[in-house]
Amino acid sequence: MKSYGWKRLLGLVPLFLGITILSFAVIHLAPGGPSDAKAAFNPKMTAQARDRLREIYGLDRPLLVQYADWVRRLARLDFGRSFVDGRDVREKIAEAIPVTLLINALSLGLIFLVGIPLGVAGAVHEGRPLDRVITAGTLAAFSMPAFWLALLLISVFGVHLRALPVSGVHSLAYEEMTWAEKWVDVARHLLLPVLVSSLTGLAGISRFARGSMLDALRQNYIRTARAKGIPERRVLYRHALGNALLPIITLMGLSVPGLLGGSVIFETIFSIPGMGRLFFNSVFTRDYPVIMGVLVLGAFLTLLGNLLADLGTAAADPRTKTGLLS
Amino acid sequence: MQARSFPALFGAGFFLLVFSAASAAGPAGHGDFFVTASIAEPVNLIPFFATDSASAQISRLVFNGLVKYDKDLRLTGDLAERWDVLDDGLVILFHLRKGVRWQDGAPFTAEDVEFTFQRLTDPAVPTPYGGDFEKVKSLRVLDPYTVEVTYKEPFAPALASWGMGIVPRHLLRGENLLSAGFARKPVGTGPYRLSRWKSGEKLELEANPDYFEGRPFIDRYVCRIVPDPATIFLELLTENLDSAGLTPLQYRRQTQSVFFEKTFAKFRYPSHAYTYLGYNLKNPLFSDRRVRKAIGMAIPKKEIIDVTLLGLGRVSTGPFLPGTWACNPEVQPTVFDPEKAGLILREAGWRDSDGDGVLEKEGKKFSFSILTNQGNETRKMSCEIIQKSLREIGIEVQIHVVEWGTFLKEFIDKKRFEAALLAWQLPEDPDPYDIFHSSRADGGFNFISYASPEADRLLEEGRRLISENERAGVYHRLHEVLNEDEPYTFLYVEDALPAVHRRFRGVEAAPAGIGHNFIRWFVPDPERRYGVERAK
Repeated sequence: MKSYGWKRLLGLVPLFLGITILSFAVIHLAPGGPSDAKAAFNPKMTAQARDRLREIYGLDRPLLVQYADWVRRLARLDFGRSFVDGRDVREKIAEAIPVTLLINALSLGLIFLVGIPLGVAGAVHEGRPLDRVITAGTLAAFSMPAFWLALLLISVFGVHLRALPVSGVHSLAYEEMTWAEKWVDVARHLLLPVLVSSLTGLAGISRFARGSMLDALRQNYIRTARAKGIPERRVLYRHALGNALLPIITLMGLSVPGLLGGSVIFETIFSIPGMGRLFFNSVFTRDYPVIMGVLVLGAFLTLLGNLLADLGTAAADPRTKTGLLS
Repeated sequence: MQARSFPALFGAGFFLLVFSAASAAGPAGHGDFFVTASIAEPVNLIPFFATDSASAQISRLVFNGLVKYDKDLRLTGDLAERWDVLDDGLVILFHLRKGVRWQDGAPFTAEDVEFTFQRLTDPAVPTPYGGDFEKVKSLRVLDPYTVEVTYKEPFAPALASWGMGIVPRHLLRGENLLSAGFARKPVGTGPYRLSRWKSGEKLELEANPDYFEGRPFIDRYVCRIVPDPATIFLELLTENLDSAGLTPLQYRRQTQSVFFEKTFAKFRYPSHAYTYLGYNLKNPLFSDRRVRKAIGMAIPKKEIIDVTLLGLGRVSTGPFLPGTWACNPEVQPTVFDPEKAGLILREAGWRDSDGDGVLEKEGKKFSFSILTNQGNETRKMSCEIIQKSLREIGIEVQIHVVEWGTFLKEFIDKKRFEAALLAWQLPEDPDPYDIFHSSRADGGFNFISYASPEADRLLEEGRRLISENERAGVYHRLHEVLNEDEPYTFLYVEDALPAVHRRFRGVEAAPAGIGHNFIRWFVPDPERRYGVERAK
């Protein structure tokens, strides 16, 4: 088990470097550059000023030199400074992480908490009205465009009823609030975003849980259990569910990078200063250091998530464990 | 000092408001917040890097230039009390205001002006405004309140270029401006000072009690960052924002409710920008002036305005702001006349010989593509109307909508386009040298490669003459030349459509917009919404 872990970990290093090389090449291949975005068709921006910008950013050097330089700094965990506002990339990312993480963790929790029981219920009642209702409901939520749902909810709860804030994460008077008021304030602001993002994500996990549960229910050991006369509840929730959850653990692992990946559309509508917007804006201003910073973080988390998923499955499944030990 | 900045026009309405408000606290007390929104986060508040509109908007509240534009877009003193133009415009002598203090208490002097100038012309400082100051031969500090600027040659936009915000020498000396924390914690001389900046959320500015024109009445200016225009509108409807720009659709159809009319005042005036169709003059298709004229004649500009802007705009006739001194009122919009356009094209050798509805000349079809940038629905719709109208006179048009960065780099810079539908912002000084002079065709902003000896001569003269009257004559002629030559087909000037909460008094639309007298806006005591709990 231990050596398996180490082997997997070492295998990630070249993979990680490969990802950075690809990302670096791709963003530099994209037409336009930071100096063009900055000049943004400003008639006062002379060609000399643009060249000066390129020099200052080091963009006049060969791509390989730029990459080597970037890796050297990465080794010291230095992502450089944003081309746009000169701020440390780590600082910019650190500012965007908490709110994205909070929303994603909450909605992911909600998705698993609600989605798994829904899927299991669907599988148990396969083909019957309850199953149909759940399927139709989750798929309807899944097919709804998130921006449309968000605007609709804002319009109803925010504008017509004035029961919830329209957008943002904090009220204007947040800084003057007491600790408890702050807590309520953030909760009120996050209610709709979390709701929207979990509603649209519900379908995937509940369908997955349903399929996985159905597979488990068709296995021979379930028939054996039933034949032995074990009560149906126990058959379903102990024998079948336990096995059906294995692939879901993998799925949880795969959701780890998603925790820090914000959705642009939704962060834009709700005015949430999270990772999605940071990345989106940096792509449009060709802010290479920030783009690379976010991509590296994403790559790192994806690899980590995969690793955790594999190790988690290995730990949960006795067969993998013994197979590795031998 | 206060009396002068108090707009005379607004006097009559002012007294009416005071009596109807009948507030115990008197007409113009201090208090309340003004909450507005910006789609994008400001990038950098240092005046010479503040090129995006969000940064410029905040930067203007924090910093002052030596001169500024008043509500009628005439230059007036700001940090300079007055100035003398000597030696036929070669020398400008600025007499600075005395007793002005930086927001940290240090006195403002001529040294700061000199320092700002040095930074602006420093090759290590990549400011797009450096070009304005290249023509300066020398800048001398005569005494702490007098600065003498000498130019290599007379340069008309020179005076206006001193509207650039002056930065404090004592805080920035020896700092690398690109990474300085000053960009996020600016200290200026302006009416507001930045007190809080939460990235991606909001910027808060507090009234500067020692502002040299008097303390602003509104205590706090809050700029929230709300990236989605639809959300901005919803925030406005819930009164979480006090002001926002409306789209034509919102102005015409979505703000008719009794609630909205009662709560918000709507304004309408021409924005400082024009939209045009520019032709790549290196392309043989457009090198013939008759062809450009014919296309211009076949484009229904009025219809474009009625459809895309719901009528909230006006036909543009040239690169000058309608109603200002540089704009020639004699130049009339081209009359929409597709038949005449057809005749002109025939005269130019284009005819439909194979009967497929598309004109040909020497075996080549009259077909071209219009390029425009992504994210602007109005421009896309305009392209579609042009496509339809040109189809009727036998010209085939394709539309290409391209992302901005790609658009500039791959198509405009490399001149790989046939026609482009774009807009130019109109700066207060009317000089369009960079856009139409033939020397700016390569690497400059004359990307259509327009070269006309007469236009060149007028452009050179227009920036050499100092007197506004003489310049007006030159620009009036230039306006005619551009209209005759039609290197661009000038399409429309959109209206700016801001809405402002009615509790703010003293808001007045002028050629400069509504923000020009912001520091004189106020809210009568009983109507204040914010900052009241602090007084408890």
